[in-house]
Amino acid sequence: MAGPHDASSTTTPSTTYANETGGLILHADVLVIGGGPAGTWAALSAARSGAKVVLADKGYCGTSGATAPSNTGAWYLPAGAARDAEVDRRLEKSAGLADRRWIIRTMEEALRGLDELGDDGYPFPFDEDGRPYRANLRGPDYMNHQRRRVRRAGVTILDHHPALELLWADGVVAGAAGVELRSGERWQVRAGAVVIAAGGCTFLSRALGCDGNTGDSYLLAAEAGAVFSGMEFSAQYGLSAAHATITKGLTFTFASFYLEDGSPLPSEGGDRSTRIARAMIAGHKVYALMNKGEAHEHDWLVRGQPNCFLPFERIGLDPFKERFPVTLRSEGTVRGTGGLDVTGDDCATNVPGLYVAGDAASREKLVGAISGGGSPNASWAIASGVWSGRGAAQFAQRQAGVLGDPLSTRLHTRAVHALGGAGLRPNKTAAGSGFTRELIAAVQDETLPLDVNFFRTGKRIALARAQLDGIWAAARDHLGGTGRELVRAREAASMAATARLVWASAQARDESRGLHRRVDRDGSDPAQTHYIRSRGTDELRVSTAPAPEAVRDLAEEALVS
Amino acid sequence: MIELISADRCIECNLCVKTCPRDVFDAVPNAIPVIARKEDCQTCFMCELYCPVDALFVAPHAEEDVQVDEEHLSESELLGSYVRNMGWRKGKAGGTERDPTRLLRIRNANAG
Repeated sequence: MAGPHDASSTTTPSTTYANETGGLILHADVLVIGGGPAGTWAALSAARSGAKVVLADKGYCGTSGATAPSNTGAWYLPAGAARDAEVDRRLEKSAGLADRRWIIRTMEEALRGLDELGDDGYPFPFDEDGRPYRANLRGPDYMNHQRRRVRRAGVTILDHHPALELLWADGVVAGAAGVELRSGERWQVRAGAVVIAAGGCTFLSRALGCDGNTGDSYLLAAEAGAVFSGMEFSAQYGLSAAHATITKGLTFTFASFYLEDGSPLPSEGGDRSTRIARAMIAGHKVYALMNKGEAHEHDWLVRGQPNCFLPFERIGLDPFKERFPVTLRSEGTVRGTGGLDVTGDDCATNVPGLYVAGDAASREKLVGAISGGGSPNASWAIASGVWSGRGAAQFAQRQAGVLGDPLSTRLHTRAVHALGGAGLRPNKTAAGSGFTRELIAAVQDETLPLDVNFFRTGKRIALARAQLDGIWAAARDHLGGTGRELVRAREAASMAATARLVWASAQARDESRGLHRRVDRDGSDPAQTHYIRSRGTDELRVSTAPAPEAVRDLAEEALVS
Repeated sequence: MIELISADRCIECNLCVKTCPRDVFDAVPNAIPVIARKEDCQTCFMCELYCPVDALFVAPHAEEDVQVDEEHLSESELLGSYVRNMGWRKGKAGGTERDPTRLLRIRNANAG
């Protein structure tokens, strides 16, 4: 089959996509989309495998994404009792959807990566015994360091180059195209393979560092027929001071929580986020006061997480003495768990030539139905980056081999066509930036509110699906523009496409499990201990796939019989 | 969101234009940069870290505009406060080797 898997995504070219044939054209073996942790590890790995690599970032590789402004733990666990205990703990919390083999191989690869980082000059702090402590990464420093390593490896970095669509040639992914923000010119990178490492989608919730995460790479992958998994596990919310963006869990280590009348937040009824969400839906304001712990422990927070205190210092509030209102910001599929389905140990997807790393991929294999925030996601970014970069490099080398000598000439002169539809090539006239903003607000109404998404009901899911069908039709007809407006239009389309995958998947899970909290379904149904897979742009298709345990049970049955 | 580029301090290096992940600033020939797309600012404070002369101020408010007074910010040492607390210097990374966050993580792990 020569076309993409999802025939519904093929579009009629129009003239609204500025400079359709002009602009920058680069050739590479591997194109990496996204310059956060996963993208930088992928670029390094691909370069190390002998590939010529281009890395395109929507923002700036070094400050983009959820990790750069944050501070994250990572799995630094050599084989032994501590690692075994963490594997068991993870499996237990995963509601039956994590996979022991993937947890262990991720831990092993992350350990190698963290050691490499230390050996390569990243200044890990030392513990009391004078040994480097490698289970924590300070975001700004880590990403600054990664950018330097990527440049040293000879990778071409394109900053402020959002990728908007994939290029396709004879049944394989052949690169990507987008717009350079500063000039408004179209760019394209013709490549033998593409790694998507552009993070998840938070629907512009202002969660720390995540506003670039508008699901752009989900849509471009969906247009090529890519399969997603676990998109229903997208109801993770991060706690922050109400006026601010700092959704860092560690900030609240020493906090107690109160309602507006000074009474304590109810201690019964689920984890902290669940109790806060319930109180907020009931119309309460929720307050925090950092009145636990010792002064020297507070100092670790002040010195270790300086941006946690910016929101207070800059309004003249002492959070250890004065209470302050808090809010929950959606972390969507960034610290939720769904994403592109990983089909092989090399982080391939089901689309030939398309690989995935980091938060763009489903992390169900590591954490199952719960959040991957913190160490799992940080470790996965390293491991999946290394694997996908190598996998993509090998795919590109095989492609070059199939096409014959001289290797890259055929690869780069083959005829390609662009797959992008919604937001880039409207069916009717483009309606302008006001329409784009309205459409984004409409998508947010179906994705951000706590009483829509944090707590879910069958009825509201059905309503969200109906609303989003209408939004999608309008997006198809009228989203478009030039330059920055084109990028915004495509972001709006991507958020709509992401939301549709989320709710189609959620509707197929008729139970509560992990982050998928159905208030009209009590608990989990053992018969639904499976993955929910989704695909498509116009027509969505949803199916189930067996969980790892079920696969193992089947294998054992086969052995017995 | 970003509220201030100090004309007194800015040296027109345009590092903020280069490093802002949301492309909020525009460079201007022979002048200091401008805040061109404030509504896109994600309040991540990264521009302050990369500014070598503490000329930028990001108010913590994610969704509303705030009036700021440069003289007050300067006197109360709020300009560059994030940079100093992190241990970065003149736009160069530093200080992570003294990050005590591991002590917090160990504490929280022990607390279960």
